[in-house]
Amino acid sequence: MASDSDSDGDFVTFGTPLEPLEEDEPLRKPVPLHEQTVKDEKGRYQRFHGAFTGGFSAGYFNTVGTKEGWTPATFVSSRQQKAGRQNARPEDFMDEEDLGDHGIAPRQITTTADFASGRKDVIRDKARAITSLSAPIPGDTVLEDLVAPARSSMGVELLRKMGWKDGQGVGPRVKRRLCKQRADSGTRAFVSASPPNGLSGSQDEEDGEFVPENVTFAPKDVTPIDFTPKVDLHGLGYRGLNPLAALRGGPGAGHINLFTMDSDRSNSLFGEDRKGQRRRGGVAGQGFGVGAMEDDDEDIYHRDIMSNYDTVLGGEEPGDGLYGWTAPQQYNRKKKDHSKDAAYLGKILEGFTLASDKLETKTIFPPPNLPRDFRPVHYFRPVVDLSSVSPMVAQALQTSRGHMAQEEPSKGGRHQLDSAQRRELLGEATLQGPSSVFDLLKVEDRERLSGLRRPSSDTSSGPRQPTPGRPEQLCSGCRDSPAAARASAQKALSSRFTPHAEQQQQEALSVWSGPTAQAQTGQTFKPFERTPHKQARYDLYIDQLKQGDRDALELSLDPTMTEWERGRERDEFVRAALLYKPSSSSLSCRFTRGKQDDGVEADTVEVTRDQENDVDDKQAAVKMKMFGKLTRDTFEWHPDNLLCKRFNVPDPYPGSGFVGMPKVKRDKFSVFNFLTVSESPTASASPAPQGVKPSEPGKRSRWDVSGQAGNKERKEKDPVSEFLSVARIEASGSGPEASTTDGPTTDPTVEPDTEQKDEEEEEEESRPSMDLFKAIFASSSDEKSSSSSEGESEEEEEEKEEGVRSKAGTGPQISNQLNVNTTQPAPPVSTTPSQNPDVVFKMPSGPAAAPPPRDQEMEEEEFGPRLPPPSSTLTAERRPSPTPSAKDDKHKKKCKEKHKAKKHGKHKKDKKKKKNKRHKHKGKQKKSSRKEESSDSSSEGSDGNSQEDGEEGGGVSTEELLRRLKGIRGKNLQ
Amino acid sequence: MSLGHLQHQATHAEDHAEQKCEMSFPQPKPEVPQLPQNLLRTIDCQQGAVRAVRFNADGNYLLSCGSDKSLKLWSVSRGTLLKTYSGHGYEVLDADGSYDNSQLCSCSSDKTVILWDVATGQVTRKLRGHAGKVNCVQFNEEATVILSGSIDGTVRCWDTRSRKFDPIQILDEAQDGVSSLKVSEHELLTGSVDGRVRRYDLRMGQLHVDFINSPITCVCFSADGQCTLTSSLDSTVRLLDKSTGEMLGEYTGHKMKGYKLDCCLSSKDTHVLSCSEDGHVYCWDLVEGSLMLKLPVGKAVVQSLSFHPSETRLLTAMEGRVQVWGAEPEETEEDVVVVQQEKA
Repeated sequence: MASDSDSDGDFVTFGTPLEPLEEDEPLRKPVPLHEQTVKDEKGRYQRFHGAFTGGFSAGYFNTVGTKEGWTPATFVSSRQQKAGRQNARPEDFMDEEDLGDHGIAPRQITTTADFASGRKDVIRDKARAITSLSAPIPGDTVLEDLVAPARSSMGVELLRKMGWKDGQGVGPRVKRRLCKQRADSGTRAFVSASPPNGLSGSQDEEDGEFVPENVTFAPKDVTPIDFTPKVDLHGLGYRGLNPLAALRGGPGAGHINLFTMDSDRSNSLFGEDRKGQRRRGGVAGQGFGVGAMEDDDEDIYHRDIMSNYDTVLGGEEPGDGLYGWTAPQQYNRKKKDHSKDAAYLGKILEGFTLASDKLETKTIFPPPNLPRDFRPVHYFRPVVDLSSVSPMVAQALQTSRGHMAQEEPSKGGRHQLDSAQRRELLGEATLQGPSSVFDLLKVEDRERLSGLRRPSSDTSSGPRQPTPGRPEQLCSGCRDSPAAARASAQKALSSRFTPHAEQQQQEALSVWSGPTAQAQTGQTFKPFERTPHKQARYDLYIDQLKQGDRDALELSLDPTMTEWERGRERDEFVRAALLYKPSSSSLSCRFTRGKQDDGVEADTVEVTRDQENDVDDKQAAVKMKMFGKLTRDTFEWHPDNLLCKRFNVPDPYPGSGFVGMPKVKRDKFSVFNFLTVSESPTASASPAPQGVKPSEPGKRSRWDVSGQAGNKERKEKDPVSEFLSVARIEASGSGPEASTTDGPTTDPTVEPDTEQKDEEEEEEESRPSMDLFKAIFASSSDEKSSSSSEGESEEEEEEKEEGVRSKAGTGPQISNQLNVNTTQPAPPVSTTPSQNPDVVFKMPSGPAAAPPPRDQEMEEEEFGPRLPPPSSTLTAERRPSPTPSAKDDKHKKKCKEKHKAKKHGKHKKDKKKKKNKRHKHKGKQKKSSRKEESSDSSSEGSDGNSQEDGEEGGGVSTEELLRRLKGIRGKNLQ
Repeated sequence: MSLGHLQHQATHAEDHAEQKCEMSFPQPKPEVPQLPQNLLRTIDCQQGAVRAVRFNADGNYLLSCGSDKSLKLWSVSRGTLLKTYSGHGYEVLDADGSYDNSQLCSCSSDKTVILWDVATGQVTRKLRGHAGKVNCVQFNEEATVILSGSIDGTVRCWDTRSRKFDPIQILDEAQDGVSSLKVSEHELLTGSVDGRVRRYDLRMGQLHVDFINSPITCVCFSADGQCTLTSSLDSTVRLLDKSTGEMLGEYTGHKMKGYKLDCCLSSKDTHVLSCSEDGHVYCWDLVEGSLMLKLPVGKAVVQSLSFHPSETRLLTAMEGRVQVWGAEPEETEEDVVVVQQEKA
């Protein structure tokens, strides 16, 4: 095996290697003008003297070519070779610069005289003529010229070689003699072409010569078109006055018609004597008036008669054919048409006239094709006017984007309008039936809700102006009995806030008044940054807390606010204080805040415009192996301009301002983003209330997910989600009243021993984020398995959730989760594990004969198809022989694969169970728990594998493994 | 490379001429395409597990990506090590050579892509930006762009011409890790663990997504550019029509359940080859779909394979070894020897 140094010899290096690029090397600056230098081809610097003092330095210090001076032409004379007369050529006095490309006599490839066409050496001929004149014997060169070989162009030479003769035309020889070879003169041509006796040309020819049958003739020579360039400044066709001809006068001078019309020319060709040509003298021509001496005023101005020209295309006779009819043509025609139409139709009823305009044919558009995944279910969204609710509620609603009326509908565009607004715009009637979830509520519930709303609306500044045409279901009830409503609101509030809030306030107080908090000077976290007043109040509250004030909350709140708002804020403050308590804030200083987190657009998120088709359909198609249309989606995709350039491809969307898929803005935390139309009620009513807290409009950190106390109460603060849940219960009719009223505040210690549905619901209520996690980490079938695990206490579930979170926190799956949170409004698309349960390998149960520890660590993060493990011997750095090691390895792999296959077989349920198990044995090392998993599944699958399991552990210790195995089995049996 | 290509074309032209001459006779049966069923040599790479093995553009050299962070260049004909490229921080997962053999690119679990200078073995550029390990890397035709697909679900297009260290474009359409990636003249084919094959058509400005429903391990273009080959974790290799997405062929029998293994087409698109977890390379007839050859490579998982761009030659990687397979056993060896002697 060759080593590195040896291997260098195998390369052949061409050219000079470029200097190795330094990473992050700064770009070289351009050389400034005054530092730029000029070098000649030998690398010597050339100095610029200035344009008037000789330009660049040249030669040897501006003198001669070399240090030695000019090199004289060597004098050579011998007996054999006498010093002949040397003809000095101009080139002898030129240096290489002069002969260079930019010199005075550049040496470049030119056409030699032999190949040049005749025109080229006109100048030379002229020069020769001059020399001949100045020659000692005049006409000396004339002889020379005569003797000189005729110079004809190459084309002519070639033609001659091919048998062409002067005077002939070029082309294939013709059989029949068309006409006599014409001479160049026009008169002769005329004579032959049209004889005075009127006989045809052919007759004339036959008459003229005997033509044998088998003789072919060269075609007629074509007189070349005269491409005389126009050099004068006259108009086109104007020839100007020839003073010689004009003054000489007489008929011999020919016509002085300056414009030559075709007719005129032919006239002249025919030799016709015109009157004007018999002019005696004087200057005449177009533009010259008739002189006093002229006896006749003839046609001196050229007159063109319009009858020479066709005025109508196609030879149609002018006029409409109605001779003598003087009525306007338009009218005529109309009249005629009418009569014709009427005649066609028959008798027209009295009182009717024929329509002058044709009736427009109605274009009937076919009904739109419904998309394949369209389901005819419509969800009516709660219509809430922002102006009619308190700012608090409005804010809460806006963060959760309950698709309510916007303050400025024009800003949002038509996509931001909800159905009611659109209906309004279109002027349609209000739909019958329940248009809002409020209609589904029981009367007392509605009253309670509106009671909550009422006080705040009372305090809202300015008279409330209900938008015309908008249904006002919300406040209809509360107007009737404001007092009762207020009372009920108070009751609701007190029932809601007192028990828990008290406890939490105490907690917050204890936390914040601790020494750690005291030590902290600057508060790092500002949860209400978006509303400065609120933040100020919150700061005050925290300050009070730090001082250990028990009434911190009450003191810090704004007394002008309504009870409901205050209650809400109170709760928020407590929650925030608990969430961002000193310990976590000390942690949080290690993280930087997301840049785009807050801002106006925080509520919206960019999602790709084109969404994929239904995945279920595709899965079905794949199962039926019907690949093609069903499984294919085609999207518009904009490549980067530079990428196109690099690929030598024209930019398909030149000028498009973005790259990638077209994006549209969607609400980030709209309830309806998570409302997918599905059969299971739990899925359909899984609002994601993350946006409720204005403090965290964007991504949620791990910390606030785990903030359990806050989590539980957050839910109830979201009016929309609450309404929805209430509505759902109302609609289903099976929900117990208790869970609606104090459902959200249900103690976690309450045993979920009621019916399964209740449990599910309760779970949702208390921990809404669970749905999200389910959407991410499990499929819909997970629901069933969760119901099957009734026996579990809630604690366990919490643990499980935490486990999921912690896992997500470390692994790359966190990105997945964030994806769902932020960019993917449609969970079914992004539920990766549900589609490919076999993909997200928790941790590949590597062979016990462990790869290096680093390996292990890396593999824990792994997901997606794995890489086969390196053989054990490899890692152990000893390779006695490849075969046995491979054998071992294969064995191990086989085992693993079997586990794997089993895992695939019953993914969901197992998964869930495994999860639980993992948390049961949380105390144990992760690695071991992984091992349990794999062996666990194998033992469940078939007992025959247990043997192999034992072998698998061969690397570590078989006994140990068996021991663990037994332990797990025991647990299973329990 | 161009020379070889020309020669190849020349032989083709001769074939045509012969056929034309023999027009009057019944056409001879087309020669049965040979399969690389004879082991020519085994190279022990000594770089841990060989994660990927790749021919260079003309097929005279091979690249082996080792789990010991090294990338090695070998001569296929002699089996000698030519150069070791070290600079990655963790195991090298894929590599590719430029059309002119002047540059290499490789990707690694250390989330980087490295552009190498072949002759000096220096790192020309180290491209960071992926959030996870980089599964696959590929030059475009003119080696002006490096495309890398990562477990973070993105494909990044790196410019080799400019000195910017940011990618030209990030293709983040995949919803899960990108496991495989191929580049043709103006198209980019990616296979993702989300079970979709995406084809980015730069000329049309379109993205075609084919749903396979099983995590994709490897994608390939056919040599004629009309078909795509995808292997997925449901132990199936599928041949799809590129333009419509219809399935033209399905090849099963091998085992690909959990590992990211390669598949490929033979140089003349006559056969489909795939790695298998049972230590064999499966070779199917492309049209018939019948299993033509079950090449026993070893007992472990055949991790990677690469087919010679013009000849019937196959590279397989299993554990720490790379094996070279050819159509004729002895002859080729002798040829090689002869060639070597001639060179000497």
